Amino acid sequence: MKTTKAVEGINDFVIKFANVNGSGSASANELFAKAILRMGVPVSPRNIFPSNIQGLPTWYEARVCEKGYEGRRGGVDMMVAMNPQTWDADLAEIEAGGYLFYDSTRPMPPSKFRTDINVIGVPLTEITNAAYTDPRQRQLFKNIIYVGALSVLLDVDADVFEKLFAETYKGKERLLESNVRALHLGRDYVKTNLAAPLGIRVRRSDQVGDKIFVDGNSSIGLGLVYGGATVAAWYPITPSTSVPEAFEKYCHKFRVDPVTGQHKFAIVQAEDELASIGVVVGAGWNGARAFTATSGPGISLMTEFIGLAYFAEIPVTIVNVQRGGPSTGMPTRTQQSDLLSCAYASHGDTKHVLLFPEDPHECFEHSATALDLAERLQAPIFVMTDLDIGMNQRLCKPFVWDDARAYDRGKVMTAEELEAGKDFGRYKDVDGDGIPWRTLPGTHETKGAYFTRGTTRDPYARYSERGPDYIYNMERLLRKFKTAADLVPQPVLRNAAKKTSIGVIYFGSTSPAMREALDVLEEQDIHLNALRLCAFPFPQSVDDFIARHDKVFVVEQNRDAQMRSMLVNELDVSPKQLVKVLHYDGTPITARFIARAIRENLQPAVTAAPMHREAA
Amino acid sequence: MTYIAKPRLHHPTLTLNNVGYTRRDYEGRVSTLCAGCGHDSISAAVIQACWELDIEPHRVAKLSGIGCSSKTPDYFLGASHGFNTVHGRMPSALTGANLANRDLLYLGVSGDGDSASIGLGQFAHAMRRGVRMAYIVENNGVYGLTKGQFSATADRGSKSKKGVINSDSPVDLVGLALQLGATYVARSFSGDKAQLVPLIKGAMAHGGAAFIDVISPCVTFNNHGGSTKSYDYVREHNEAVSRIDFISDRNEITAMYEPGEVIEVQQHDGSMLRLRKLLSDYDPTDRNRAMNYMQTHHSRGEIVTGLLYVDPMATDLHTSLNTSELPLNAMSAAQLCPGSGALAKLNASMR
Repeated sequence: MKTTKAVEGINDFVIKFANVNGSGSASANELFAKAILRMGVPVSPRNIFPSNIQGLPTWYEARVCEKGYEGRRGGVDMMVAMNPQTWDADLAEIEAGGYLFYDSTRPMPPSKFRTDINVIGVPLTEITNAAYTDPRQRQLFKNIIYVGALSVLLDVDADVFEKLFAETYKGKERLLESNVRALHLGRDYVKTNLAAPLGIRVRRSDQVGDKIFVDGNSSIGLGLVYGGATVAAWYPITPSTSVPEAFEKYCHKFRVDPVTGQHKFAIVQAEDELASIGVVVGAGWNGARAFTATSGPGISLMTEFIGLAYFAEIPVTIVNVQRGGPSTGMPTRTQQSDLLSCAYASHGDTKHVLLFPEDPHECFEHSATALDLAERLQAPIFVMTDLDIGMNQRLCKPFVWDDARAYDRGKVMTAEELEAGKDFGRYKDVDGDGIPWRTLPGTHETKGAYFTRGTTRDPYARYSERGPDYIYNMERLLRKFKTAADLVPQPVLRNAAKKTSIGVIYFGSTSPAMREALDVLEEQDIHLNALRLCAFPFPQSVDDFIARHDKVFVVEQNRDAQMRSMLVNELDVSPKQLVKVLHYDGTPITARFIARAIRENLQPAVTAAPMHREAA
Repeated sequence: MTYIAKPRLHHPTLTLNNVGYTRRDYEGRVSTLCAGCGHDSISAAVIQACWELDIEPHRVAKLSGIGCSSKTPDYFLGASHGFNTVHGRMPSALTGANLANRDLLYLGVSGDGDSASIGLGQFAHAMRRGVRMAYIVENNGVYGLTKGQFSATADRGSKSKKGVINSDSPVDLVGLALQLGATYVARSFSGDKAQLVPLIKGAMAHGGAAFIDVISPCVTFNNHGGSTKSYDYVREHNEAVSRIDFISDRNEITAMYEPGEVIEVQQHDGSMLRLRKLLSDYDPTDRNRAMNYMQTHHSRGEIVTGLLYVDPMATDLHTSLNTSELPLNAMSAAQLCPGSGALAKLNASMR
């Protein structure tokens, strides 16, 4: 069945594992990815999984790329087809000249194969059953055996795996031994029976350096520990659940008093998202750094409280790991489609601060920053990530923490200041930045108490439905929002190699695909200045960037061009200047998609030929 | 609305409590509720209870939802921080506030619409978690601010001011609180200050979730014949299980009672609840019997009041979570941030 053509690619290929969920494949696949990283070669894996516990198809797609492009490439060079349910669709995805790896224990009719791909059969079940009798062991070690087989085919050194096993099973000698044995069962079969390595393969390199391999949700959990969050309330929802779980894990590691055993944190799994945000609002009002993590449906439920936090000015941090909407939508797929529902959450005139981390490194950084901003601005702060960043491990810069960094607790008036007779008007703008001073409950015997409410009040927090009092307050909130634009993480500019009048705006998980697309376009002599947005509200520099260009592409992962709407809504720009580039099928956006969309817009006549290796 | 500012000058002869405050120091703004509203009597009882308990006013945080009842925290304890939150969501906001600072006393004020209709879920879960608080529902069976619709605590067969007969079964918050694990459960009547003040004191001193359902007639929309939440109806059907004295650990016990007439319950903080029995067979420390007793008397149309159940050694959510003694909102970066050294190790483990 060997064809003449075979895809070649040293440190540059996409391998996809088709598995059944609940079969233990996830850890084997992760092991495979980590081994490639240990070879010094960047790899970016993505979990493509159903909303299900056991038995449904799940995929793990890993892109190996010496150049370090972390975005999804599109197309599959090698399919590890371990799931009979999805066999036909999986085979169809393989590039012409690509490779199919399968369990050849049971004979398959030739009609089940394609003739334009290279087929590699390894009798995995046969090898496994000969070596193990326990059914659970058979299932788990079959995964390690295919990893072993692949390691020879793709030229990954055995010692890399052995070292990884040694680290994972430190002190568990029996597990260590049995894993190493399984690995070599796979390796030995390939060495004896097949030609290896293949045209696609791994070669030792030095492109990983001190980078770390971690998922966004864990990074947020850790960032919140570093940023000083003490109260967390949450309700389970994919894909954000692992945020509070990571927070809890790191709290148990770092926040348990060694002497008393008491916890320097409080986590409540609430009855719903309304209660989650309520707990966070109550804790923020009372001076603790508090957060909740959720996804789109949770945001919908929280909106009334978000309006209260905006109007009563309570520090709140909300992590939104976005998934496909609306309604239950695509709970295990990725999108950037909650921008508007978060930016303008709740009834009445509201605007909220959003942060857009691009990778796990920034997830850590932005989470700690969000806690500072929440107290500085006395407002809800949203950390807007998505499933693509949140639930996939990504190679990124190591986490950094400056021990000199102090928490910004914002404008909190102390008992001493109150005692000294300092004027306290809870909703009074004394500094011209729109941010009032607040007091915490219990501060002073007789001064500084006020009644917090979502109803209108005068600058001294006294109930008032007078028009001028209302206007004063609403205008001050706008002033505060303007202040926020200078405090949030600022946009990152990448200028094109050549002078150009074309620009592109992007944000969040689109980053790696965008970086790659810019390189690809540059090779084709298409030059764009690129601005990565890191937050909402938009600072002046965003306005200036758009003004400097005739045409600006806005790349985002939703149907309705929500970021473009926000740019048009908030800035004095012409909608005609902003060209939509929209990707919203639930898969992560690819460089190929972006490059093609931009090229087709700029050179409509030239780009008639179909794209190769484009994802379905 | 009333915009009169209350005079802050106090008469020099007013009695000071043990922490140096007069009763007036526990007052708030002038009430904007209707003249004769039961809620104002409850506010007065809160003021009396806190003054008698020698609580420094600023050590109380008062939280409420939305509605007539939820406005009242503005009318008492003016030196305390208050938070008028979202309709039906006071329990979650109070839970968060309590987690942030375990050193304050938490007073939750809600109504029947707030706790039994829109906020029934949050009411239930706050009880389940054992959040340390005194949770008072000012229960009038009616929506006052929107002019007289039935709430979920209105009895089946009771009549609205417009003459409509309620066909829905009532939510019994006391029954729910007992079933859900509240550790201090009482019912009272806004017109019975002698009973209500010691009940509030006991609740403020309680170590876990304390709930008091206070029948509080709405004089404007639910005080007519055919209502089961009117002054007349409640007075006629009130079945008190006991008379209560609250004795703080500082007070000397003077009155003497015959054995068997009284039950003394010492709470975790050392304070004593002395219950003068009105019913010889009632044991307020037996949850199952309390539930049974309530059900039986409710079916007879009686409104059982008094301290219905107490677990004097109750613990709270902080105990369950094993939270630090030092309030979480008082911790510094030095106490909370693991630092760059720990981060370097974590980075190393992610390669």
